[in-house]
Amino acid sequence: MSIEIFSPLPGTFYRKPAPDQPVYKESGDAVAKGDVIGLVEVMKTFYEVKSELDGHIDVFLVENEDPVQAGQPLAKLKG
Amino acid sequence: MSIRKLLIANRGEIAVRIIRAARDLGIATVQAHSDADADSLAVRLADDAVNIGPPQAAKSYLNIKAIVEAAQEAGADAVHPGYGFLAESSHFADAVEAAGMAFVGPRGETIRMMGDKVAARTAAMNAGVPTVPGSDGRIDDVGETEKLAAEIGYPVMIKAAAGGGGRGIRIAHDAKEFAHFFQLAQTEASSAFGDGGLYVEKVIEDARHIEVQVLGDGTDVVHCFERECSLQRRRQKVWEEAPSMAVSPEARAMLCASAVALAKSVNYRGAGTLEYLYDDTTGDFYFIEMNTRIQVEHPVTEWITGIDLVAEMLRIAGGEPLRLKQDDIVSRGHAIEVRINAEDPANDFLPFPGVVGTLSVPGGPGVRFDTMLYSGYAIPPFYDSLLGKLIVWGDTREHAIDRLKGALSELDVPGVKTTVPLYTALAGDADVRANAVHTRWLEHWLESNAKQL
Repeated sequence: MSIEIFSPLPGTFYRKPAPDQPVYKESGDAVAKGDVIGLVEVMKTFYEVKSELDGHIDVFLVENEDPVQAGQPLAKLKG
Repeated sequence: MSIRKLLIANRGEIAVRIIRAARDLGIATVQAHSDADADSLAVRLADDAVNIGPPQAAKSYLNIKAIVEAAQEAGADAVHPGYGFLAESSHFADAVEAAGMAFVGPRGETIRMMGDKVAARTAAMNAGVPTVPGSDGRIDDVGETEKLAAEIGYPVMIKAAAGGGGRGIRIAHDAKEFAHFFQLAQTEASSAFGDGGLYVEKVIEDARHIEVQVLGDGTDVVHCFERECSLQRRRQKVWEEAPSMAVSPEARAMLCASAVALAKSVNYRGAGTLEYLYDDTTGDFYFIEMNTRIQVEHPVTEWITGIDLVAEMLRIAGGEPLRLKQDDIVSRGHAIEVRINAEDPANDFLPFPGVVGTLSVPGGPGVRFDTMLYSGYAIPPFYDSLLGKLIVWGDTREHAIDRLKGALSELDVPGVKTTVPLYTALAGDADVRANAVHTRWLEHWLESNAKQL
């Protein structure tokens, strides 16, 4: 089963908790429901984007620091 | 040499404000903008516009090289930094001047000194300005500092020398907490600000936030009285007024004189604000920091004094001496500003970017609305949530609050949640009407009232 993770808000997508830290998840990494896969910054406030199921990350669909729209797919997940 | 062409290195309502001041003085304007702001009101109002990069601020509004190059290519002879972004970057001020243009603000060295909270505190003490009891400078040794903390009395604040805007602060209530937080604060400060320097200050409980507006030309300095900004959420001001009804005429005279003394001692150039904590119970005031730029809440001062602060900044940057003598500056009536943010106050102030429907803007005597909005505008999610500022004036504070209520009822921003309901509630609140507030009052109030907004 393949499912996409969507951005809950418009803003800027980050794959790392801070510029000098490693990414939350790499493509191919296993994820559990509730795992943070990235951040969306909207109006200087940061929101965590979480996986809604157990599986692994197939591919990220946006790059670190890309602008994103609400509802835009951020990553593809395989359950 | 007066300015002929000004590049505005900012966005939003302050860019619009700067364009209007420049237009009044016959100065041509060039609006620097990111990809996300091509349709902004500032771009529409400016004589010319130039794209400086992608939506993310780090790649556009914080990109010194791109901005300086854009200003040179546009033939600008001055750059106004607004507030936020690069307004308090000494590197930016230096780069603008090195490129042969005027920076509308203080010299880079002044920004550097006031940006270092320890150096600013030392400058204040040297000018005879009262500071919050605490360490005389940076502190390194936890044992020695623990002794000092016990002397000034807990609770004490451990602050990062390179911090500001409420960041890099920890409060310790006893010696055990102090030792623990000291280590943490050192690590945090070096990773967040690249500078692990700390200093310690006494916590003034239930204080008011009072600040003094100054204008300097590098030699002379005048003050334009004080503002009170005690209504804050997470150390961000939401409601500001002038004058402060909490300070006596004697305290006001001392406060304003101290601000002039400090600004003069550093040969201050441009518009600046000295921030103080004011203790109602004792009448004591303590300098906390200086902001070396125009502030969001400058319009309340403009309204009680009749001075266009942004225009004065432009004249000073163009090399004119101060036009105003202290005796010419008088205060009349009472002004209040509220910050209209794209946030849902009933839902923990969740940011709310969106597309604005048909905008309804308040008007009439004593009402001013500084905004970046227009009907159909798509508010970008990349920047802060300030949409505009509603400013009202009345003969008295009560009159101003009544006008605020009326003006809020006329303001409608369909399609977006805003902080308007917060201000409508506050304008009817007994404590606010009685001015019985302090810097932590609003957060307490929100705990029991936010859900009803």
